[in-house]
Amino acid sequence: MATTNAHTEFILRRLHTLAGVIPVGLFLLEHLFTNAMATSGPETFNSAVYTIQHIPFLHFIEFIFIFLPLVYHGVFGLYVAFTSGYNAGQYSWGRNVMFVLQRVSGVITFVFIIFHLWTTRFSGKAPTFQMVHDLLVNNPAYFWFMIIGVVAATFHFSNGLWSFCIHWGITVGQRAQRVSAYVFFVVFIVLAAVGVDALIAFTTQTA
Amino acid sequence: MSGSATAERQTAATTKTVHLIIERQDGPNSPSYTEEFEVPYQPGMNVIACLMEIQRNPVNKAGKRVAPVTWEMNCLEEICGACSMVINGKPRQACTALVDKLEQPIRLKPMRTFPVVRDLVVDRSRMFEALKKVKAWIPIDGTYDLGPGPRMNERDRQWAYELSRCFTCGCCVEACPNVNERTSFIGPFAISQARLFNAHPTGAMHRADRLEALMEEGGIHECGNAQNCVQVCPKGIPLTTSIAAMNRQVTYHAIGAWLKK
Repeated sequence: MATTNAHTEFILRRLHTLAGVIPVGLFLLEHLFTNAMATSGPETFNSAVYTIQHIPFLHFIEFIFIFLPLVYHGVFGLYVAFTSGYNAGQYSWGRNVMFVLQRVSGVITFVFIIFHLWTTRFSGKAPTFQMVHDLLVNNPAYFWFMIIGVVAATFHFSNGLWSFCIHWGITVGQRAQRVSAYVFFVVFIVLAAVGVDALIAFTTQTA
Repeated sequence: MSGSATAERQTAATTKTVHLIIERQDGPNSPSYTEEFEVPYQPGMNVIACLMEIQRNPVNKAGKRVAPVTWEMNCLEEICGACSMVINGKPRQACTALVDKLEQPIRLKPMRTFPVVRDLVVDRSRMFEALKKVKAWIPIDGTYDLGPGPRMNERDRQWAYELSRCFTCGCCVEACPNVNERTSFIGPFAISQARLFNAHPTGAMHRADRLEALMEEGGIHECGNAQNCVQVCPKGIPLTTSIAAMNRQVTYHAIGAWLKK
């Protein structure tokens, strides 16, 4: 299968953009949505977590639909960021700056997620409102690290959707690409606001 | 009247000069260095005229006699692409770079995405190789007369004509961040040319070959949507639209081909 070999890079790239949207992007939306429950109080958040924890085959779903695509998108993304050239100093047009920011926000998100998983999912502590509250209150730097992570992740997702639409041939014309850029910018503002709002709720409210 | 105008021009020519800072290189593997030149100003002159002046009197700004700066040129009307170089930080043709519209000192550099032969001369063969890879032509040669080809509808012809204005000048390849030593990206122009020949009724016979080529190493997936190409294209070719349109064709082709096997 010589043709398959010749197309390996193409397939890996397309799987990378797909993974970023379908499992990983959807999970990001779900995660932000669950976090937003914190704004209605600790009980609401804890009951949402309780529901998620009782999804059947949770570990299987978590591994196949979140962990694997996330690792693939992240590790392959680092390779993409490494092979890209950066010339926004010489060509400072908006799209080229976004091209750089997409890669920078990706690397920030990658580091953020590792630390985030380390301190929450793999910390051995029960995932409750109180746990998140303690993390945020005990160390003010942790709060700002979370803010940076949430903004970087939501930017990377929103701008990535713009790019995804071009990679898959959905937005073809110049106008479609321009309008979709505005739409996804609004998506970024909304998602970042939802994430930051939840962080504030976790910090200020007490269980 | 005309006499005084000539005198005025001569005075201007003797007092006004053009300051150039040129990135030079003596050979393909030689180190690069910058050299400054000051040439007499003439109304309406372009960068080519400056380089010709240096060739006529190869003395640098310090007054030292040096080897004249080499460059390539041919048509002098922005349709051959030979005189493409980086002028004040942007890739463009030297023939249409008018001194009056440029900020001085004028900085000239070779397009380093390509191998530099000498001074401002680069080897753009990789572009020809890319065009061969995507079969950017319409095969009509044969052992017998194939007869007249099918007609193209006017609506498609109009946008296809825009794509046909590409003259392989290399500006899009130079400005693209994803054409670098770590990738093998063929460049935006080749994707646009594949679109052009896929749109042609006779060229469409090789449509699948072109799409397969775009999926190979260095193909369309190397594009990262920085969109510098469309900004620097001297012909205003909608390169980013071409790339997205070919992304669509490749997506359908790839999924279709996989499902059929």
